[in-house]
Parts: sequence; C-alpha cells; structure tokens
Amino acid sequence: MNTRIVTEAQQAFSFSRRAMVLGGAQAAVGLVLAGRMTWLSVAENERYNLLAESNRVNLTMIPPRRGWIVDRHGAPIANNRTDFRIDIIPDRLEDEDRVLGLLRNLLALTAEDMARIATDLKRAGNFQPVQIAENLDWERFAAVSVRLPELPGVQPTRGFSRNYPAGAAVAHLTGYVGAATAEQFKETRDPLMVTPGFKLGKDGLEKALEPRLRGQAGAKRVEVTARGQIVRELETRPDRQGGTARLTIDLGLQEYAARRLGPNSGSAVVMDAVTGDVLAMVSMPAYDPGSFSDGIGRLEWKMLSDDDHIPLMNKTLQGLYPPGSTVKPMHALAILKAGISPMQTVHCSGVLQVGTGRFHCHKRGGHGAMNMVSAVAQSCDIYFYQMARELGYDRFAPTVRQLGLGVEYDLPFQSQRYGTVPDSAWKLRKYDKRWTVADSVNASIGQGDVLANPLQLAVMAARLAQGREVVPRLMLDRPHAPARRMDIDPEHLAIVHRSMWAVVNGGGTGGRSRFYNLPGIELAGKTGTAQVRRITTAERRTGVLGDGALPFRLRDHSLFVGYAPAAQPRYAVSVVLEHSGHIYTAAPIASDILSWLFDRDKAMARLEPLEKEWGGDIRTRMATQWTAFQAAQAAPVTSVPATPADVEGATTNVVDSAVANQPEPDPAVAQSNVTDRTE
Amino acid sequence: MKRIHQTTSAGLGFVPAPLASLPWRVIFLLLAIGGFSWVVLFSAAGGDVDPWASRQAMAFGVFLIAAILISRIRLSFFQRVALPAYAAIVVLLVLVELLGAVKGGSQRWLDLGVIRIQPSEFMKPAIVLALARFYEMLPAGEIRRFGAIWPAAMMIAVPAGLVMLQPDLGTGMMITAGGLTVMFLAGLPIRLFVGGALAIAMMIPIAFNFLLHEYQRNRVLIFLDPESDPLGTGYHISQSKIAIGSGGMFGKGFLNGTQSHLDYLPEGHTDFVFATMAEEWGLVGGILLIAAFILLVRWGVNVGVRADNRFAKLVAGGLATTIFFYVAINLMMVMGLAPVVGIPLPLVSYGGSAQMTVMGCIGILMAVDRENRERVRF
Repeated sequence: MNTRIVTEAQQAFSFSRRAMVLGGAQAAVGLVLAGRMTWLSVAENERYNLLAESNRVNLTMIPPRRGWIVDRHGAPIANNRTDFRIDIIPDRLEDEDRVLGLLRNLLALTAEDMARIATDLKRAGNFQPVQIAENLDWERFAAVSVRLPELPGVQPTRGFSRNYPAGAAVAHLTGYVGAATAEQFKETRDPLMVTPGFKLGKDGLEKALEPRLRGQAGAKRVEVTARGQIVRELETRPDRQGGTARLTIDLGLQEYAARRLGPNSGSAVVMDAVTGDVLAMVSMPAYDPGSFSDGIGRLEWKMLSDDDHIPLMNKTLQGLYPPGSTVKPMHALAILKAGISPMQTVHCSGVLQVGTGRFHCHKRGGHGAMNMVSAVAQSCDIYFYQMARELGYDRFAPTVRQLGLGVEYDLPFQSQRYGTVPDSAWKLRKYDKRWTVADSVNASIGQGDVLANPLQLAVMAARLAQGREVVPRLMLDRPHAPARRMDIDPEHLAIVHRSMWAVVNGGGTGGRSRFYNLPGIELAGKTGTAQVRRITTAERRTGVLGDGALPFRLRDHSLFVGYAPAAQPRYAVSVVLEHSGHIYTAAPIASDILSWLFDRDKAMARLEPLEKEWGGDIRTRMATQWTAFQAAQAAPVTSVPATPADVEGATTNVVDSAVANQPEPDPAVAQSNVTDRTE
Repeated sequence: MKRIHQTTSAGLGFVPAPLASLPWRVIFLLLAIGGFSWVVLFSAAGGDVDPWASRQAMAFGVFLIAAILISRIRLSFFQRVALPAYAAIVVLLVLVELLGAVKGGSQRWLDLGVIRIQPSEFMKPAIVLALARFYEMLPAGEIRRFGAIWPAAMMIAVPAGLVMLQPDLGTGMMITAGGLTVMFLAGLPIRLFVGGALAIAMMIPIAFNFLLHEYQRNRVLIFLDPESDPLGTGYHISQSKIAIGSGGMFGKGFLNGTQSHLDYLPEGHTDFVFATMAEEWGLVGGILLIAAFILLVRWGVNVGVRADNRFAKLVAGGLATTIFFYVAINLMMVMGLAPVVGIPLPLVSYGGSAQMTVMGCIGILMAVDRENRERVRF
C-alpha cells in the first residue's frame, strides 16, 4: 500500500476530480445508449419495421377455386361444390386431448382419422392449420361452430371441393385431385401446398392440366396478437379461379359408354373420324374420382387394388392387347397395296402347315374358297396366313404404322403404352433373332408380337373410315379442322369398306352388332378375339376349353372396331373387353355406343333392361360391391376374393398375358400350334 | 449547479419559505418523467388508466411526497442509522435465504402479511450509506492503506453474495456497483480498480461456467446471439429491438404501437417499458427520456460535489450513481446491449419497489441538497 499521507483537503479535491470522472463516464454511457437507439430506430428502421409487420400481420392463403373441366358442349365433367371444413390452428390449441375428444364426438371421426390428425399436428408449424374434417354436412359443421368458445384453436371454414357429376364414368379421364405431399411442399416451398383445402391434380387430366386448372391463391391479411387471436381483418385478396379446360369429350356419350360396358372389365373409345376429336374414352370399372379426391380409406384402396378388373388402370391408354382379327381390314389394305387382287382366292381347309408348325383357322372345318371381302367378313385366318407367308409381314408393317398402331399420341396423360408393330428389323433389334415365316403368320391375325392399346385401335378404325390421318385430340382449344387425307388408293379403301360392311351387314362375324332399329344407318366394323393363353396340341385334340371353364385371367379378350354410318363414315369406335368370356360381347356394346350418337332414346331403351339385369347403374353396383367387400373383410381371411395385385402389378399382368401368347422363335414352340381362334 | 441553487433559493416573497425552499427543478424533472410514464402505461393498457397508469400515478405521488419528507430529515440522522440499517437488512437477506431454503425454491421477498418487502431492494441505497459512513469514519490518512479496503469489500460481498444466491444477478450486480462507486469516490487508488477490472475480466469465464445458474447462463448466451432462440429466451430481446427499431424517428404515434398492443413485447409495462415508449414516441421520445435521466443523475452528482462533508459527498455521489445504474442497465438490456437481468426503468416501469428505492435515493439527495443550500444561506 502507498503510505503517502492524505489530508482531508486533498480528499475533498480528489472527490471532485473523481466525481467529474464518474459524471463523464455516465455521460458517455448516455451517449452510447442514445447512439444505440439511433442505430436501431434510424439505420435499422426498415428492417425492424418489416419484422414488426410480419409479427402483426398473419397471411392466410385462400386456396384457389380449381378451373372446371367441361365437355364439348360445356357440360361440367369436373367442377367445384361448396364444402364445409374444420381445421385446427396448432398454436392456438389448448388442452389438445379434450378438444380432439370433443371433435371426435361431434364429427363422428374414426380412429383412422384421429391417427392422421395426430401425425399432422406433430408435423405442422404453429400457425399452419391442420385439417380435421372436410365435406361436412351443415348439421355437423354447425354443431362444431356453435361450440367454438370451448374449442380454442378450432377453425370452421367454408371452402370448395372437387366434384365429378358423372362419377366413375369419367374417372380415368379426369383422374382425381388430392392434397400435396410433403415432397411436393419441400420441392416448391409454396405455402399454398400446405394450406388446408388446397388440392392438386394427382392423375389423369387433373394432373396433366394442373397449371391451367390451378388458378391463383387469394390471401387474407389479418392482424393478430402474439397469441394468435385475430384483432381485425386488414384486407382480402380474392382468389382467381383456374381456367376452364374444354374437352372434345361428349359427356353424354362418355356416360352412356361407361354404363353400357356394364360389369365388364374393358374400355371403349369413340372418335370423330374427320377431326380426330375423342368423343368418349372410357375404362371400366373405375373408382369414384370424388371419393378419391376426398382421400381414400385403406380398405377402399384394398378393394380397388385387389380387384382383377383393375379399376385403377386407365385401360384405354395403358392396357396393351393383341388386337386379334381387328387388324384384318388394315392388313387387307396392305395386301392390296402389295398388288394382290382382291378377287384372288385362298382355299381354307381349317389348317395351314408352315414349316413344321400347323396353324389353325378358328373354323375347324375351314371356310373353303375365300377372297378378300369374304375373308374379312368371315374372319378367315387361313387367307391372312397365306398372304403373310407369301408377302412377309415386313410389307404389312408400314401400313399398320400408317394407320396408327405403335404410335404414342400427344395427349395430356402422364403415361401411355404404345405397343408394338413387329417386323424383321424390330425383332433383330430387340431379340437379335431372325424374323421367321411363323412370326409373319402369327402377326397376320393380330397375334404374336402385335400389341396395341384401345385408343390406337380407335385411331385405326377412324383412319380406315375416312382415309384421313386423324390424330386423337382431347382438348377442344383449336377450331375443328378435317385431318388431311392419307396416301391410300381410294379404290383400295372402298374394298376394305365393303368388307367391313359385310362383317356386320353381309352375314359376317359381326352380325349381332348391326344397328338395331336405326333405319338408314348402318355400322361397319371388325370383330376380334385375342387369345391370352397357349392352346396345346393335347387340348386341341380333346376339344378346346370353353371360356366358362377357364379362370377369369385366362379367358380371351373380345374386341370390336368399327365406324358409322357405313355409307358416310363419321364416328369410329373401339371396344376391348378383357377376358370377357364370350366371343361376341364387344360388338353389340360398340354398336349400342355408336347408336347413341344417332338416337339417344333408343340407345337408352336398350340399356335399361341390361342394367336391371346387372344390378343397377354404376353407382349402385359400386355401392353393392363395397358393402360386400366390407362384409368379406370382416369375415375370416379365407374369404378374401381375387388375387391381390396392385395397380402396377395389374398393369404388368395384362402385358404378361399378351407376351405369354407370343410364340417363341424356336421352331419347337411353333410346332406347339400357336394359333388364333378368331371367329 | 449554480443555476439550480440560485433559482430554487430565489425567494419569491409571497411563497411560504418551506415551499419556496423545495428543489423545484428536480421536482419538475421527476414530474416530467412520471407524467411520461403515466402516458406510456396508459397506452400499454390499450388506452386505459387501468390497471397500470392510475396505480402508477398514485404510487408516484405517494413516493414523491415521501421523498420530500425524507429531504426534511437532517443528514446526521442518516449518518447515525447507516450502519445499523445496513446490518438489519443483511439479517433480513439471510432470513429470506433461510425461508427460501425451508420452502424449497428461490425467494426474494418476505411476506409480512400486509406488504411484501424485498430486502435486496433496500440494500441498494443502504450499501451506499453504510460505505459512506465507513469512509467518513476512516481517518483521512488511512485511505491508501489496506484497512480501507477489506472492510468495505466485505460489506459489499456479504449482501451482494446473498442476493446473488436468491438468485438475482441484476440486483447483486447493482449492489456491488453502488458499493464500488463509493469506494472509487472515497479515493482508493485507481490502480485497485484497474486491477480489479482486469481480475473480473479473467474471472468471467470461470464465473460463467461454475457460478451462474443454468437460466442465467442461457440468458447470457442468448444475449450474445439472440437470433439463436427467437421464440425462447431470446424472444424478449428480439421483440424489444423490433419495437424500438420499428418506432423510427418519431414513432408510430400515441396508442399506435403494435408490438406492445398485440402482446409481442413481453413485459411491455415493466422491464421493457422503454421499448413500449420508443415504439410510439420514436427516437425523439427516447432521447428526451435519456436526457431527463442524465439531468437527474448529473444533479445528484453535483449535489455531492457541493456538499461540505465527506459523508454527504459520498452518499450523494453513490446514490446518484445507483439511479444511473438502474437506468443504464435497463436501457442496455432493452436495446440488446446487455443480457436480460430484470432491472426495471426507475420511475417509468410499472411497479412499486424500484420506484420506492429510487424515490428514497432522491429524498436523501434532496436532504443533502437542502443542507448545502442552508449552509450557503447562513
């Protein structure tokens, strides 16, 4: 310690000095504080203003009303209906268990719902609303609304939900909508994705036309307290509804075709042979797109995915089938182009020896002498075997492609399977094997490697009908324009037309599809059967099994392509029935569908007794099936029907069965009599 | 200092002498601050005198009168009671500590049925008075000896330690700072303070890791990086800065603050009242308020400078600085320059305790001032 003696006077002086130091230090701190405040409120004012605003203002998005999908006449295929919804704002939720319990009672929520809500609540941010229930009727909505004071955080909302008036009839056309997935949100970071009530297209046109249909979200700016209580609404920017998508589809025809397909697993496509407008594109059975859009239950999903009629697949574009005898008029065109006279005859004895293989006609005893027209009309296989053996399929394939097979069309759908038009180059490329005469013979009747989807078959029918290079189109956004004529000799086309007329009206295989009670209008077409299994020599010896004796998935497909009126072709049709179990089923259905375009009342009159027989219209039958499925699920496991297969598996299934039908290039296999049983 | 002296003592013939002798300048300053507080609290309650503004005004009036009454007490009385009062408060602090230990959990007040008293609050002026008394009694020649240091250090350490155990870091720091100020003013060698500051700087990491409570550590961490926890403990600082920053130059206008009215600003009527004020009155309001406090503190220090005895000098300087610490720590906290320590803004924040302490300090300062003037007059 310093031992300097300090006097009182010195001490008083020292105090004054130190007091000055202290005062100076205090003033300095004061200046620092003033400076700091200036920094915050002047230099950083803009930033903090923004922060204060984002505190104060809560932006709630209003999901945009989705654009309508309408048919060619403006009838709604997909529109929106008012919908009552209940959401929860997690941040404002108090006493979660009590509130959820009360909601569960008021809204009759299932255990499955509760589990979903619990997961959503865990995932959601503080102010991100979580949907509790949607599509509520007014009573349940009101029941919650009046008890809001005891339900903190619960928010009743009026919104819109997607509505498909035609239900399952348009399911594969429109697809469906659904809430965005977590991945979609992560990808876009668009807050709209997690706004309750917002749905985007998940499949079909809803997905493909998403940008056009979505519209622009509205926003509601509200002033909120820190606890989330709304003080007042600041402003509301209304949503902008999405654009309307007008289709070439005729909804009436679409519905009729769907109903007329009945309980079959199949598809029907109707096209305008002049413009290429797709008037109907139906794949049945189908799911209810409305119920899909509301979110589908596990059990309902299981029913749909287990169904061997594959209601989850759009068969018109994704189903690939051996076209069978429906290719014969087209092949006739190729034969004419190769310079063969239509009058040249081939003798059909019922069987043709090609190398070591024997190829059978569907008619056991043979047709006798056949020229081109009678061969098409009677669907004689031997005629086409013989021609293919002489000419080689390489001379058929260009015409087949010209008529639209093997082509992928520019349609607003996510996935199309476009099949195969085989020829020697294709085989070499694909299997590194030489094309054989047996291959040509098989392909000549639309079997073997030939695969097409129902839309392509309709295009084929339309191109045959008018000789125009029609391209299917679904969007009615350009004016109608007749397609340009193809490079086909009109005389050749006339011969083919005559043969197709004879199929239906000239004692051919399609006699049962003649227009019923439509004076002056005739249908022309071609029947076909696609075999999905190999018929062995042994089976042929004991008698080919009838379809009734076979399990569903081994039964033959039944096909029909045609156009009407026969005299002045306008509309083309293709109908494909999977495993229909009856050789002639497709033709009358196609006939009725086309007849609707000429006389609706008569067409409906034919449908009514049939629907009675099937157990009601589509909706009724689906409800019955659902009830039965639920009952079966509740019963012991052994009663589970059908082979389980999900959509993907089911799709592969069809192709597999077609491939199974394809003869291997091995002569030993050719010997095992791979043939067609075309009628 | 001359001006205050002259105006306050310029006797207007018709005003009764006791009234005329009041330090009107200071009283007006206090009324200005208190009035502004009333306005801010009125707004903080959403434009209502209840629940805060009316009670605050009442408390302000009561404590102002109390301060004026205290100013009539002769300084010799404070000289006499300084040490016993200090001792009594230390005992109360121990009692609080024991009670807290018995009840389990921390406690800061004693419940006397009628009122709750917070002994740590009384300790703020008491430590100043006691140390001033100690250095007054210390012969002038002893001041640079070790004997001038250790008793004072003990006198600070005991109550500060007890308060920090409660745990109340803010008040503990203020007691220490008040005591150190008196030691500084008493004339202890400067190098002690420089050395002490260095020692503390070195101690900080140790204290941070071993002495602070978890929540105190968090507050310090979050103070250093408030954005790390915008919705947790850093929320206070973040929202306070938003309120001040969004106020801008002239503020959003009376009753127009959103941060305070929509409850984003926590404690907007108590510890963070300055942010509530700044949001509506902007930089202008803030600078005026800071200026008012600087004037008040400068007056207090000057009262000490003018005093003729050592006790009065040290008491005035120490108490003025205690008020300064209140203001400085609070403002640093609300502007994000210090961790959240729970020190209110005296006379402006709603609440009795701090107001009572500060008004007590001002009362004693006025007493010193009064004796200064009497000395001049006679």
